[in-house]
Amino acid sequence: MNAIEIDSISKSYGEARALRDVSLTVNQGEIFGLIGPDGAGKTTLFRIMTTLMLADSGSGKVCGLDIVKDFARLRRIIGYMPGRFSLYQDLSVRENLDYFATLFGTTVRDNYENIKEIYSQIEPFADRRAGKLSGGMKQKLALCCALVHKPSVLFLDEPTTGVDAVSRKDFWTMLARIKSSGVTVFVSTPYMDEAAMCDRLALIRDGVIIGTGTPEEIISGFPFRLLSVKGRRMYPLLKQLRKTDGVISCFSFGDSHHVTYNPEVTGKDRVLAGLAEAGFPDCTAREISPGIEDCFMWLSHGGDSDRQAGAGMQQL
Amino acid sequence: MDRNAVEIRNLTKKFGDFTAVDNISFNVRKGEIFGFLGANGAGKTTAMRILCGLSLPTAGEGTVAGYDINTQQEKIKRHIGYMSQKFSLYPDLTVRENIRLFGGIYGLRDRQIREKTDALLGMLEMQSEKDRFAGSLPLGWKQKLAFSIAMIHDPEIIFLDEPTGGVDPETRRRFWEMIYDASEKGTTVFVTTHYMDEAEYCDRVSVMVDGRIAALDSPERLKSAYGADNMDEVFRIIVR
Amino acid sequence: MKEFTASVVKEFRHIFRDRRTILIAMVMPVVQIILFGFAVSTEVNDVRVAVCGDLADPAVRNLVDRIDNNRYLSVSGSLSSPSEITGVFRRNEADVAVCFGRNFGENLAPSGRAQVRIIGDGSDPNTAQMITGYLKGVIQSEQTDAEVAFAGEGERKASMAPVVQLMYNPAMKSSYNFVPGVMGLILMLICTMMTSVSIVREKETGTLELLLVSPVKPLWIILSKMIPYLVLSAVNFATILLLSHYVMEVPINGSLLLLCFAALVFVVTSLALGLLISVISPNQRTALLICGMGLTMPTMIFSGIIFPCESMPEVLQWFSDIIPAKWFIIIVKKVMIQGTGLVSAAKEMTILAGMAALLLAVSIKSFRTRLQ
Repeated sequence: MNAIEIDSISKSYGEARALRDVSLTVNQGEIFGLIGPDGAGKTTLFRIMTTLMLADSGSGKVCGLDIVKDFARLRRIIGYMPGRFSLYQDLSVRENLDYFATLFGTTVRDNYENIKEIYSQIEPFADRRAGKLSGGMKQKLALCCALVHKPSVLFLDEPTTGVDAVSRKDFWTMLARIKSSGVTVFVSTPYMDEAAMCDRLALIRDGVIIGTGTPEEIISGFPFRLLSVKGRRMYPLLKQLRKTDGVISCFSFGDSHHVTYNPEVTGKDRVLAGLAEAGFPDCTAREISPGIEDCFMWLSHGGDSDRQAGAGMQQL
Repeated sequence: MDRNAVEIRNLTKKFGDFTAVDNISFNVRKGEIFGFLGANGAGKTTAMRILCGLSLPTAGEGTVAGYDINTQQEKIKRHIGYMSQKFSLYPDLTVRENIRLFGGIYGLRDRQIREKTDALLGMLEMQSEKDRFAGSLPLGWKQKLAFSIAMIHDPEIIFLDEPTGGVDPETRRRFWEMIYDASEKGTTVFVTTHYMDEAEYCDRVSVMVDGRIAALDSPERLKSAYGADNMDEVFRIIVR
Repeated sequence: MKEFTASVVKEFRHIFRDRRTILIAMVMPVVQIILFGFAVSTEVNDVRVAVCGDLADPAVRNLVDRIDNNRYLSVSGSLSSPSEITGVFRRNEADVAVCFGRNFGENLAPSGRAQVRIIGDGSDPNTAQMITGYLKGVIQSEQTDAEVAFAGEGERKASMAPVVQLMYNPAMKSSYNFVPGVMGLILMLICTMMTSVSIVREKETGTLELLLVSPVKPLWIILSKMIPYLVLSAVNFATILLLSHYVMEVPINGSLLLLCFAALVFVVTSLALGLLISVISPNQRTALLICGMGLTMPTMIFSGIIFPCESMPEVLQWFSDIIPAKWFIIIVKKVMIQGTGLVSAAKEMTILAGMAALLLAVSIKSFRTRLQ
């Protein structure tokens, strides 16, 4: 049985179509990432899956339970951490945790084993008000509260948004541990670099799933070749590369530019030669395999038809 | 005209017992893109508020765009641009009304505002959207529009507070290209971000830890100094 | 049940840990009672009356004595000519002037008709009106006494005059009016405003999502939110009652039990209303606005604190009928001050109870188990 089955769910807010015909399956015990920018419909999908909202059409099951009909039973077995920090700021760490345990008809002591690893890190501050915790600790508390009733599926809506790079890494380490205890984790994020931490993922943009599979599968679907080009004057270099023949798109990625090119038209040496001619003699280039972010950008332009996609990207 | 865009000496800000900014000093050169990084709660926002003339330091001195941060706050506000992800535009005003409003706030004349509006809409290719409510624009457009509006009075320095949070990868890069354009025209850019790849786009980067500046240099030098492949690693080494 | 108790405890913690809430809940009733009791009192005391006329005339003397003996009035001096009045007012030496016509006593004796002019200081029209009211009352009583004397003992009609006197003499303490009003206002604020804000706050912070996702029944969540405010309003009710009885000296003439019961029904109405507002408000600001404009202001207007209900245009009176506070205030006035029993307040009680039942049903039904 799949942990989550989503079947052609659509949802509109007035004119705005938040989700269009979204279908997904999440396997038991995996970390499934829903990756996309703000406004892509991630939160809406989470709310529908956690029984907080009704879809306009389509259906969904979590652990075999229908998200509409069986919502009462479903609420017992899922854990949910909403996008913003959603605990009671004026209650202490312990009071928050106790309260949520009680809501689910359990106690912290009964389920201590389940949350021990994470809770032990914030236990020294058990009497501190949740509002006075640092960002990372708030996140840990929220995670504890979502885990305290031993859910089968954990829904985490953008748990790492607005969190610094270090705390983000910590958080993913925690998720890996939670997964190893058998919990299915459904997590959303706008950060593409977090994709590699997921077993499988879905890329979402404007309410449409534009790609799904393991990170490797998604990457292997990238139809072009990619060059990483470095030079001295990066911004003029970017503009020059975009004018080069056979280059489908060019964007900066950290300290280099990622150049998507058509191997039938050009190649690494030709690109470098062209650059030297145009007054960028000291550039270096290297063939690289694409990352999720490259794939996302390509898939954003409707990646099914290669040529058209390339043309579309060029225009933008 | 060789002064720096920002000069800060021994800046300290305390809230009661808590020292949010602890005796920091740094310069931002004219026309450079200066990345201002730090962990959550490291004091970035506090420092940035002082630089923007929104709050007074407990101790220390400095200038922003040549104006004193202790005594000439109003002048600072007139000569800088500010954009943050959280607040930039009035969602219930149309694109044109937003431009008008901010043009007016920065004391532009009606004729100037009209010219700016046309130029801006042309540059962003948003002529057909000028009567749409800003709130109904896609996030990427909002961001670009907000940036252009923050630049409407040709400020000497622009402060960007996490301008690209949650934006899709392509729009994020398009946004940085606007930053490059601004920088090429001589505007100093002071920017905070959580995306470490964006730190690479800066001319120089400072990393704040617990109210102090733990590192400040170009991304290249920081990487070689910490023996790291990318800024993400540099950041983790410094913050740990 | 454990979930419920835990939720109630949590709600109490929210209240006690927020200084503003506690301030509103505990201090406001006291402040309002004191404020309305002393500062905003509509009574006028120590009115200085300047007299102009022939003080040698016994009829004039009689009336002047009468004025001077009045609790609220005192004669501050006599003027030789009406032209001096302006100066007296300008120098703030008197609040009102009374001018007696020439040959006052002589005209009065045979015909009962004599001229008196009351000249008020219109720069403060409200006070002036009140003061002239007092004076008219005094003069009226003098007049009726005179009538009685002339008409002989057989005429009983004339002795009805003191009724007129009472009407013009608002020595009827204003606290009788505002205590029921403040009671309605406070209970409404505590119950409606604070419950709605406390639910909407959870909407805003996102914690409501967590509560809804938990297996706890929404009804329990609602009830656990209401209980603490019910307790708070009970405390407030007692505070107001004690303060008004012992400090403002307002009697409790009717059954205390009946009064408490009426308060309970009203509190339930207000709680249900608060819940309803929380359902339709997306944020705390809207909730506060609805409570302020939609409830507090009408309650102030229709409670008799500021205007008497009876003198309102018909449309407004009709509108006032849908405001629960109006009925509660009427009940309090009847039971507490007039000392009547359940029978005389039955109509109001039925209306209020009906409102409570209706609002409670609607609000519980409209509270969703999902987000919109």
